This record gives sequence, structure tokens and C-alpha cells, in this order.
Amino acid sequence: MGITVEGASKSFGDFQALNDVSIEVPNGSLTALLGPSGSGKSTLLRAIAGLETLDAGRVMIDDEDVSKKPTQKREVGFVFQHYAAFKHMTVFENVGFGLKIRKWDKAKISARVHELLQLVQLDGLADRYPSQLSGGQRQRMALARALAVEPQVLLLDEPFGALDAKVRKDLRTWLRNLHEEMHVTTIFVTHDQEEAMDVAGQLVVMNEGRVEQSGSADDLYDHPANEFVMSFVGEVNRLGDGFVRPHDMDVVLDPDERTEEAMVQRIVALGFEIRVEFVLADGTEVWAQLTRAELQKLELRQGQIVYLRPGKTKSFSGDSPPDGGGASTPRDSRGGDDAEVSAAA
Amino acid sequence: MSAHSGSGSGSRWGLRFLGLGYVFALLLLPLGLIFYKTFEHGLAPPIDAITSPDGLHALKLTLIMVAIAVPLNTIFGIGCALLLVRHRVRGSGVIDAIINLPFAISPIVIGLSLFLLYGTKGWFEPALAEAGIKILFSVPGMVLASIFVSLPFVVRETVPVLQEIGTEQEQAASTLGANAWQTFWRVTLPAIRWGVAYGVVLTTARVLGEFGAVSVVSGSISGQTQTLPLFVEKQYENFNLPGAFGASVLLALLALSTLLAMNVLKRKEDA
Repeated sequence: MGITVEGASKSFGDFQALNDVSIEVPNGSLTALLGPSGSGKSTLLRAIAGLETLDAGRVMIDDEDVSKKPTQKREVGFVFQHYAAFKHMTVFENVGFGLKIRKWDKAKISARVHELLQLVQLDGLADRYPSQLSGGQRQRMALARALAVEPQVLLLDEPFGALDAKVRKDLRTWLRNLHEEMHVTTIFVTHDQEEAMDVAGQLVVMNEGRVEQSGSADDLYDHPANEFVMSFVGEVNRLGDGFVRPHDMDVVLDPDERTEEAMVQRIVALGFEIRVEFVLADGTEVWAQLTRAELQKLELRQGQIVYLRPGKTKSFSGDSPPDGGGASTPRDSRGGDDAEVSAAA
Repeated sequence: MSAHSGSGSGSRWGLRFLGLGYVFALLLLPLGLIFYKTFEHGLAPPIDAITSPDGLHALKLTLIMVAIAVPLNTIFGIGCALLLVRHRVRGSGVIDAIINLPFAISPIVIGLSLFLLYGTKGWFEPALAEAGIKILFSVPGMVLASIFVSLPFVVRETVPVLQEIGTEQEQAASTLGANAWQTFWRVTLPAIRWGVAYGVVLTTARVLGEFGAVSVVSGSISGQTQTLPLFVEKQYENFNLPGAFGASVLLALLALSTLLAMNVLKRKEDA
């Protein structure tokens, strides 16, 4: 059941949440809508579910135009950031809600609900109320509730946004495994690029109501269509007109024609990764990501003058983002040596 | 720390004394005296007064008022709250303000306004007279007055609860295939039930005790258009103090029992 959105636009008063957005989600895929808050990603997801009506454009599920269909007829599973648990119902009643609406008989509901509770590892908690569950358990219950009715597509709106970091990581892995088992077409919204890359096979990067680029995590990281995508899907330094990833910054002690002088400002050890902050002669602040071994070899200390050799610098012709497609290839500068890899010290 | 809590506990005792003293002098003392006066000469006098034909009729009429006005205002109240909170239609601010009118206007004025509509030379009087329907000095007028004065309670108690629960649960229900009607019965109503219940208790208490508006439109005819509060007044005017006090206590007990019933139900559910 693929999902296609064509030319979707939506405004809330003066605020344009979606501006002529088109996306294509292949059948059985797990796709992330990634973008900062206010980028329109949640509005797009809600429009697919029918929870928002579009001002223009249409939504197709499995080649059927569902734009005029009310939510309850679209057969979408929807998971909300704040769970939207039915507080007056037990876990069992929550998960069985959609089946009861569909007038299943009691024995069948019971069997299906227990099957799903097993799947989300809540089997012992069927008689609890949502208020007696942790955040992670509530979200798994919400997921079971959405899956119970065997939806054509599964839509998750920042599903892990309200959970703490550890639970979030566990649920991420768990969602990925679940998708591998069930193969239901899934779209999930997140503002966390790491989460998107970890879970999804396909990413759609959104900004200010538009699609900036879509593709696989590698595509976006290695061939960002513009400055926004480059800075959103990873860390980035700006050097003149070019952009370079902190792990593509070589730190050397002897200058040559491709290096720039820099002073070490601060060294931050983040476990295995070391973050070294520099200030350039013109006052620009940049940082490099080194390994512990690299740092030890260089023997850097604060205030030291060193030389930076940026590898894989990208520059983008204009500021205007390409139209949704992601087909445009960025121009590589500094000899176009895209394949250059920062040498391990 | 100890110095702070010392002075704090001193002022706390002062506040407690003031609060309890206020409640005692203004509420408990007069109410207690009524109970005392009622049973001063034993159980028989008040019971005789209430079980007199006029007393029983007043009780029955009061219960009829409750039976009609409370369900109507409950249905209207929930519908109106949904309209105000969920469908921010044009003019909802005006509706919101108008609903408070019965709180703001004296019940006597409400009674008089009904006179202007249904009384002799009133707007609706000719048509109603032709149809043979009598509104004033009869039960329909009293029901209208009761509905009018108790209209805002369910709306006012339901609106904040509806705002608090938000729309996500309702949206979740719709993604699971529930239509608007199913969503209302299975998700919205259970979520707002205690707000509604509290509104119902307040509405009931108001209808039971309403005096001013009902007094104007009923004419207070013994055995015909006399509710319990009107019965109390009549007994008091006729120097039948046991009757007046007995009916008063009965009224108070009726109101208290609705409050008690809600609390018992709520406790049962929370357990």
C-alpha cells in the first residue's frame, strides 16, 4: 500500500504549514519525515490520516484518492506523541477499541488483543489503566492499538519524542524489528536526524513547509542537495563558501598550500570521540572530530597553533532549495575531490 | 527553619480559626438551628406537615421540576459545551456570555420576563390561549422558570473539562474507525463524566431550591402550583413553624443526597 501526496498545501491563518509538497512512499517501506519544528512534517502526516484537510493537493493510498474520505474510513494506524491513551479504559480495552467498533465478537477480540500485547511485550498488563504504565509502555500500548485493526499504513507522529533517551533507543530498535516482521508501510515523523537515520530506510527532509530532499540516509549525508540538508543531517563547519563535516577536518602540524592556520581553543572529550574547537585567523570558529588516538598522536593543547586541511568540502550554488526532488547534485569545490577521505592519523 | 515554621504555624492556626469561625457563624449555625427547631417537639409535627396533602403535593411537584429540568439542561449543557470548545464557530464568544445571564439576573426578573411572554397581553399569549395551553400559574411555566435559572451549570462545569482532555483521544478514536457518534459515547462522554456529574448536582440543587422565578410565575396555589420552597414560605406565613422547618429539612436532605450520591459513585469507581 504505497502512499502518494501530490501538491499538498495547507495554511493556518497566516502561517503556511505546507507549500506544494509532493512525496512518494513505496509499499512496505519505513520512511522518516525529518525536519525542525514548524517545517510542516506533522501537518503532512496528519493530512495523510485525514486529521487535517488540505487547502490544495491530494493524498493517495494504494492508488486510491482518499482526500475526501473521513479519517475513520482511511484505515490508517496513527500513533501520537503523547500517546492519546483512552484514560478510562484498561490496556485491554484500549487495544481492543478498534475491533469493538468493527463489531468483532468477544472471543475473537480477546485472542487478537492478547496476540498484540504479546507482540509489544505488555501481555501481563492487560488489566492496568494507562495511568499505571510508564511512558514507554503507554507508547507500545498505543502502537498495539493502532496495529490491532490491521491498518493499510502506519503513521507515527514523533512517537518517541516524550520519552527519555534510553527508552527512546530501545523503542527505535524495536520499531525497526517490528517493521521487518510486519512490512506495513510506515511513515514516522521526527526532528532527530540520528533517530531518522537509525530507523528509516528512506528519509524526507522538510523545511518551512517544503521538501528539501528525499533519499536514503547515505544519499542525504554524502550528497546533500543544499546547505539546509547538509547542516540538518549532520554536523557541519562553514569555511568561506564551502561546508565541511567535522570528521573531514584533518589536523596537521606543518602547513602546505591547502591548509589554514588555526588556534586550538578548547578540547572536549566525549568518550571515544574528541571534539576540538579552533578559531581561524579571520575569527571563524570551526571544530574537528578526532579519535582519542589521533589526539594523543598530535599532542594538542589549548592555545596551540596548528593547520587544518579540510577534505570533502561542499558548496551550493545558490541559497534557494531545489524543488522537492532531490535529484540535483551539489557542486564539489576544491578540485572536486569528492572521494578524498580524511587520512587516519 | 524552625523559626519560620513556628511563625507559619501561628498564622496557620489564626487562618484556620477565622475560616472555621466564618463557616460556623454564617452556615452551620443557622442550618443547625433549623434542624434543632424542626425536631424540638419530636418527630411528629414536621412529619405531619410534610405528609399533609399539600405537603405531599409540593414534594411531588418539586420532584417533577427536577425530573424535567435536569435532563433537559444536561443534554443542552453537554451539547453547548461541545459547540463552544470543539467547534469554535462565529459568535461562540457571544453564546458563552449569554449562557451566564441566568447567573447575573435576579430570579425575580426572570419570572417577570416569562410574564411578558406568556402573561395576558404577552407575545405568545393569543396563540397559546387559542390552543388551550396554560403556561402561567401552572406547571409548564414553573418548568420553564426552573430550566431558565439552572441553565448555565452543566455548561460551566463541562467546558473546562473538555478543554483539559484535548482532542487527541477523539482523533485516536477516529483513526481506529469510530464515527462521531461512537467517539462521543465511548471516548468523550466517559472522559468528561465527572464534570457533567458535578454540573448535574448543581443543577438539581438549584431546581430543588428555586424560589424567586417560580414564585412569580406559579401564583403559589396550595395543592396546585406549590413547590417545596413555596410551601415553606406559606407555612411560615401561616405561623406553622414545624411545617416550615420540616419542609426545609426535607429540601436540604434532598440536595445533600444528590451530592452524596455523586461522591459515592465516584469513590466506588476510584477504588
